[in-house]
Amino acid sequence: MIKSLKARHSQLADVGYELKILSQKTPTGFEPDAFSSKLRESNLFPLQPTKIDTLQINVGKMCNQTCKHCHVDAGPDRKEIMTRETMQQCLDVIQNNSFTTVDMTGGAPEMNPNFRWFVEEIRAISKEIKIIVRCNLTIIVANPSYHDLPDFFKKHNVEVVSSLPYFSAMRTDAQRGEGVFEKSIRALKMLNDVGYGKEGTGLILDLVYNPSGAFLPGNQESLEFEFKKKLKEPFGISFNKLFAITNLPISRFLDYLISSGNYDGYMEKLIASYNPVAAEGVMCRNMISVGWDGHLYDCDFNQMLEMKVETPGQHIAQWNNNDLHRREIQVNQHCFGCTAGAGSSCGGATTS
Amino acid sequence: MKTYYNPEDLKKFGNIGEFQKKLADKFFDYYGETFKEGALTAREKSLIALAVAHTIQCPYCIDAYTVDTMEKGCDEQQMMEAVHVAAAIRSGASLVHGVQMMNKYKELSM
Repeated sequence: MIKSLKARHSQLADVGYELKILSQKTPTGFEPDAFSSKLRESNLFPLQPTKIDTLQINVGKMCNQTCKHCHVDAGPDRKEIMTRETMQQCLDVIQNNSFTTVDMTGGAPEMNPNFRWFVEEIRAISKEIKIIVRCNLTIIVANPSYHDLPDFFKKHNVEVVSSLPYFSAMRTDAQRGEGVFEKSIRALKMLNDVGYGKEGTGLILDLVYNPSGAFLPGNQESLEFEFKKKLKEPFGISFNKLFAITNLPISRFLDYLISSGNYDGYMEKLIASYNPVAAEGVMCRNMISVGWDGHLYDCDFNQMLEMKVETPGQHIAQWNNNDLHRREIQVNQHCFGCTAGAGSSCGGATTS
Repeated sequence: MKTYYNPEDLKKFGNIGEFQKKLADKFFDYYGETFKEGALTAREKSLIALAVAHTIQCPYCIDAYTVDTMEKGCDEQQMMEAVHVAAAIRSGASLVHGVQMMNKYKELSM
């Protein structure tokens, strides 16, 4: 298994270095403030929140996989995980606000030893709130202590959003590691078996498609149609929706782009595909992202670039609704990933 | 090194309107309309375009429709099968003329 950029002491593990690359003018000529300029043209600068209805919580960078495109630089060698104390601070904020969605991500969120307690506590606060777990699937079959995760998710009505870059082993394993496809199929069957992704159960299983390489995702509906067909026929697997997500040029995907000589071409493509309608609907306008140590960010990508929210209090313990609603969202060139084509967010395309 | 083909030129395709705007506009309208979802899906059309690109051996088209089919979720096997369809039709077109050769052969033989 490959190591994280951090464990490899890669220059790209240094956020300052990443931002330097993203701010450089490329040979094809994009300017350091290209994204802000585009927003200005669309009358969206400075970018501000619409409503904050989603709290996305990254409970840690520890993961059983080391996917080549991971923007978190997650992996088994990453030890940063959220403490119970920070989770309690999140619970206090959830209690005192009216979020519609709590979206848990990582790493593999389930590897946080307090994960189950955290889910139970969130559900205890509200029966209605949508709890999402971004599950990498293989964790369910990683060892026997995780085999009952589908039942646990079902018991607490947790929506499962899982990455599956392709409906074949070759392309899935190329991105996510040897054997990942086979394990993912087994895990999907286990989720289906308890009712996830099945009509009439109300148990939601959505899949995330992101391209295995330096190209953009195509039409989300067509991809969903194709995935449904290809997973149904040989494997008997069903799921609800497919979210097509664009890979953003940060962390390990940036490493891939640079080492494969695709960086300039990819950035050029993202910029050429800028869609003002997608810009209007970017996810950072209705969410706050919480890091493993409790710091607040505009989104999970800004979190990985350590670009904290621009408010006086930058920690979950200092949550201030007024400040957060009035803040200016931090942007850089990586943001072109969310505004390309049909738009991209943790919930897939942002335009129809 | 000077070559007849420059990958950068693909991005300038739209510039053909500089010399004849009306016809270029008509062409690009038609082109855009052709590749929309219709009785055939955009994905199917893209695979056909990839196969045709190999038949006419246009490097720009091969480049463009490799990317396009990948974006539309086609995998390497499907893409190569499309190229084989092009190749099969091309070789078939030669081979079917073998009948003409056989006809002539038989006509001239005792």
